[in-house]
Amino acid sequence: MIFAEVSSDPIDTAALLANIGSDEDGAALLFIGVVRDHAEGRKVTGMRYDVYAEMATEVLREIALEASIPLGTDRIAVAHRFGELKIGEISVGIAVSSPHRAEAYEASRFVIEEIKKRLPVWKKEHYVDGVSEWVEGTIPPGAGLEGSTHVVPLTDEGLA
Amino acid sequence: MSVAVRTLFFAIYRDRLGVSELLIDLPSGSTVADLVNELRGRGAPFDMLPEKPAVAINQTYSFLDEPLKAGDEVAFIPPVAGG
Repeated sequence: MIFAEVSSDPIDTAALLANIGSDEDGAALLFIGVVRDHAEGRKVTGMRYDVYAEMATEVLREIALEASIPLGTDRIAVAHRFGELKIGEISVGIAVSSPHRAEAYEASRFVIEEIKKRLPVWKKEHYVDGVSEWVEGTIPPGAGLEGSTHVVPLTDEGLA
Repeated sequence: MSVAVRTLFFAIYRDRLGVSELLIDLPSGSTVADLVNELRGRGAPFDMLPEKPAVAINQTYSFLDEPLKAGDEVAFIPPVAGG
């Protein structure tokens, strides 16, 4: 069963792991993203995560659904936190399980990379000097385009 | 005839605009691009919004030529930084 949640509560990794796993699975993975104490040479004291909660929950579920196809199981649990986080606190948790490890590693990696590309979440770093700044983000794929006039460019591979 | 849409701003957009939500009336038949032009046309600080921003209509990423209906929720999505 796919589980996806966006919450201001601390992420419970044991609960994420409890959502996955099966007698047919030989591999279970837990990835956690943690707030670290530095960014590009500056000392960071904490982080504020903003979220478009209603949309982020749906996008997180979509990402997990997409990941489940190559994974071959629907045993994916993912949670993203928002609000004020301290150094060392968990901002994102991803648990996946599958019969073999290769698919589990691939799915876990896919989920975190897609979160970074398109989950409507933003973070503001608090620096030791008292200044806070929004972290420069990524423009979601397809953003700013006009659907009726957008043409997907063909790559060389696409023409082959 | 006009359509009223609920417009949401997050993160750096909310900070710079000093507002998280606006109700905006547009002529019927207006698209997302028309909404962007209406806002940017108000001048500072609204002209900080990109000409071609990422937007979501009713929680789904949308194209700029998407027509708007009364009651739509249009979110301006700054470059994302989850994880």
